[in-house]
Amino acid sequence: MNLVAIRERLAVIPDITLTETEYDKKGYCLDIQVSAETLVRTVTEISAAGFFIEAITGVDWLGEKMARYKETVDRIKAITAAAAKAAAEKGEEPPPAPPLPQPPENPLDDLEVVYDFNHFHRFCRIVVRVRMPRNTPQLPTISNIFPGADWHERETHDFFGIKFIGHPNLAPLLLPEDADFHPLLKDFKA
Amino acid sequence: MSALVESLTDETFVLNLGPQHPATHGVLRVKLRMDGEYIVEAEPVLGYIHRMHEKMGENRTWLQYLPNTARLDYLHALAFNHVYVNAVERASGIEVPQRAEYIRVITAEMNRISSHLLWFGAFVLDLGGFTPLLYAFDDREQLLDLLEAITGSRLTYCYFRFGGVCCDIDDTFINGTKTFIKRMRERLVMYRNLVTDNVIIIKRLKDIGPISAEMCRRYGATGPVARGSGINFDVRRHEPYSVYPEFDFDIPVYHECDSMARYMVRMDEMEQSLRIIEQALDKLPDGPYLLPKAPKIVKPAKGDIYQAVESARGSLGMRIVSDGSNTPYRLKWRSPTFSNLSLFGEACIGMLLPDALALMGSLDLVIPEIDR
Repeated sequence: MNLVAIRERLAVIPDITLTETEYDKKGYCLDIQVSAETLVRTVTEISAAGFFIEAITGVDWLGEKMARYKETVDRIKAITAAAAKAAAEKGEEPPPAPPLPQPPENPLDDLEVVYDFNHFHRFCRIVVRVRMPRNTPQLPTISNIFPGADWHERETHDFFGIKFIGHPNLAPLLLPEDADFHPLLKDFKA
Repeated sequence: MSALVESLTDETFVLNLGPQHPATHGVLRVKLRMDGEYIVEAEPVLGYIHRMHEKMGENRTWLQYLPNTARLDYLHALAFNHVYVNAVERASGIEVPQRAEYIRVITAEMNRISSHLLWFGAFVLDLGGFTPLLYAFDDREQLLDLLEAITGSRLTYCYFRFGGVCCDIDDTFINGTKTFIKRMRERLVMYRNLVTDNVIIIKRLKDIGPISAEMCRRYGATGPVARGSGINFDVRRHEPYSVYPEFDFDIPVYHECDSMARYMVRMDEMEQSLRIIEQALDKLPDGPYLLPKAPKIVKPAKGDIYQAVESARGSLGMRIVSDGSNTPYRLKWRSPTFSNLSLFGEACIGMLLPDALALMGSLDLVIPEIDR
């Protein structure tokens, strides 16, 4: 199973985004973005292609939407300022400034879960990413496909509070058994 | 069969192995359900020395995190140094001088041998043989002395820097290492005569603790565990990093899938590491050991990068997510023993307790690396 073959097999899945990446720059060959609904199907295909599971982890993107908004505003302001400067040099009236977009109200940021797969015999490292809103952190489990995912999912639940639906035992793995906090969330305060 | 006998045969009991048990080599607890001497169910309980190294990374700069890396796997700390500096260098586009890459490979391989030596001694100790531990520690001592002279520490090394290593190696080190290689080759012969060919060891390990290749795949087991199950997978070959492609070395693979196969893989690996060190010392280029203009403040490019290296226990990975600032946004350790241990619950079902300890020893557990 090479990169082309696995791409073809995965391309038929709905809502899937496949991006080939430069291994030298990224350390993986294929970047896959899926939705929570198609995750299990994707992982089943990956398992059938003989890949093994390296790790599962999460990333908290708190503040990402606001940061993006600020970037857009800064870009528009820079363009407006440049146009005004150019017009002033020519002695013309500055063009009217374009309206700025409204800031997002109570933006709901995402949590991301990242799955790493690798192959024992082929040079092909795959990354699968799933995003979900921070207020409903839920994903189907893949521990029935890869039993090794069991502990990785428990760890991700410990650190990010993501619930893996169908997981046989989502008890804290690394944190104390009565832990009700999720330390890798960006709004966690010790 | 009377009702009394029937209920007696159905009777199982729970046995706690650890967290303070010499055979777990650290604070690992295994909850066992036993039927007499046989294991019905086993559940490793982790987290006794969890320190949240990943959160610590988010509270300090990229450079300040360097000493943390050695505290995860105290036996092969330089591999953890290596994966971290490699990932950051790759993300920030730092070119490493050739001499530094060679020094990194030499020291990391020496560290691999010292890790395998400790495993060898402790593993045979688990099986009831006390003498090899003393021999192994004697050899390991020589290695630690050599490494101490150039890195400044004996266990928790913080030797690699972004753009090279923190100090150069000298003639004393090179000559000392050459003497060590010669000595170690003789010792490996002695180990074979004393331990490997010993009929008691063979009986304790042969056909004990079978782990199939498919099981390795489902659990993500790598390193000597996978190579003892016939899988020819070594990150140094599979996804070459540093200057490993320039060396001629073999990857020992055994197809027996038992504890003996995993034992043999590690014993053979020590010889391969000696070969790598020997070649690296011969080819050692001149030049700077640290980039003359190595940046004091690194700011890796926005986005994420995955870096893998081969540690003594398997495929060690690190995912760094950078937001372009001088502090990490997210650091993720993919530690090999975490995956290797996760198959223990399935692999040990139906085994005798002493055999399960042989299997556990053959996985080469380092608990701080699992708990992080």
